[in-house]
Amino acid sequence: MRTLVLEADGWTGHRAGQHLDVRLTAEGGYQAERSYSIASAPGEPLGITIELLDDGEVSPYLVEEVRNGDRFELRGPIGGYFVWDGSGDAPVLLIAGGSGVAPLMSMIRHRAAIGSRTPTRLLYSSRSWDDVIYRTELEEPADGLEVFHTLTRSQPPGWTGYARRIDQEMLGEVAWPASEEPRVFICGSTRFVDAAADGLVAMGYPPLSIRTERFGATG
Amino acid sequence: MNIISRGFRGRGREGPPDRVPPGQYVTDDFPVLSAGPTPHTPLDQWTFSITGGAEPLSWSWDEFRALPSEEITKDIHCVTKWSKLDTSWEGVSVDTLLEAVEHDAAFVMAICDGGYTTNLPLEDVSDGKAWVAYAYGGEPLDPEHGGPARLLVPHLYFWKSAKWVRSLDLRDEDEPGFWESNGYHIRGDPWLEQRYWGD
Amino acid sequence: MKTEEMKLDGNAIGGLLMDIFGTDLTASIGVCATCGAVGHMAAVDVYVHAPGVVGRCRTCGSVMIRIVRSETKTWLDLSGTRSIEIVES
Repeated sequence: MRTLVLEADGWTGHRAGQHLDVRLTAEGGYQAERSYSIASAPGEPLGITIELLDDGEVSPYLVEEVRNGDRFELRGPIGGYFVWDGSGDAPVLLIAGGSGVAPLMSMIRHRAAIGSRTPTRLLYSSRSWDDVIYRTELEEPADGLEVFHTLTRSQPPGWTGYARRIDQEMLGEVAWPASEEPRVFICGSTRFVDAAADGLVAMGYPPLSIRTERFGATG
Repeated sequence: MNIISRGFRGRGREGPPDRVPPGQYVTDDFPVLSAGPTPHTPLDQWTFSITGGAEPLSWSWDEFRALPSEEITKDIHCVTKWSKLDTSWEGVSVDTLLEAVEHDAAFVMAICDGGYTTNLPLEDVSDGKAWVAYAYGGEPLDPEHGGPARLLVPHLYFWKSAKWVRSLDLRDEDEPGFWESNGYHIRGDPWLEQRYWGD
Repeated sequence: MKTEEMKLDGNAIGGLLMDIFGTDLTASIGVCATCGAVGHMAAVDVYVHAPGVVGRCRTCGSVMIRIVRSETKTWLDLSGTRSIEIVES
């Protein structure tokens, strides 16, 4: 995992939750494009976090090769659906699967920057404690933000948190009752997102209260 | 003008020019491309048909597998620029299937589970150029790659090798299929780089 | 990669749609021409690992949008979408 800080000509800023598209061109013209959620809050230096996928084509380049001064093309910011301006009276539930935490971090950081009092919970699923990104930052959540981790493959000694994939029971414990009319943002792989969204709908959450963004393992 | 990203290399490699059409690179993977969810037709419900001839003809899975078949090794070329050399398949020649029906069609439309279609001139699926393949690499064809059976037409871009094929409809006129009606070339010869309309 | 993992949503083509339409469409509301289902364009099932992009209605699976791009041209088929209410976001 690596965070790249980008300086982009003509960048107009972004809203929390938006993403950008990266295009790489090799000598000879071969091109590859990927989308990355912007993890930085609006107003902070533009940052994206890339997860290294072993048989990936782009992630090994961005994680292992890229150095200061290297250049590639960007398109963005993109997205008017999966965005949250950090405020509102209704509570907000953020559910992250692995690197899906990136756009939700932007929302969390923005919420803190504006001093929002909106009750917010993050349910963050990772394979192990070593796979948790923004770990230190999440250990000191801002007022009104609660963070719940679940570690699905291995847990450190003494771990008392959740230790399994998200299921109905976990959602019942972490999510607000549907009667509080929470707003939900879920980001991760298609399978993760569908399972979490289905679980909330089974709790009575109106489907339209749940906004989702699916990542592919495109490498 | 694109910005060249220092040190970025695609994964593919160049191959022998007599085997790799223009604009292609060679891969050792077998990328899965799909326009929709993978259909899963149980074999006891699967049939393969030829329609549009003097009489419609249909084979059940068992009947189909009882037809004479062959092993074929071919290079395949995807319009998304990857080529894979020496891929091995097992299937029934389309010649075998077409011999069973009386017709004077000039074109066929391949019709597939999931709604995908692709059109071909009859001569591109005749004379040992096309198969309905049910095995790849010595194993039953994986659903992700078109199993139980797909059309295999290796001399054209691989979008013509329609996955999950269920019938060939014989036609007098050439009508564009799923991709051909949305920008992709009506014929798709990789050696002439016929990728898009107007190529 | 299994096809289920390859299925994304309209967010994945947000940039492509912005190139074509000049504005973000993910927050806009589309109506499926086949079944009449109404939803955000972000909530369309999108397949990008194909010779082109295919967006399917989450309710009935019919194709709502197809996009093919060459180096010089773009082909767009929206015949599976009855209408889009463009929401400026």
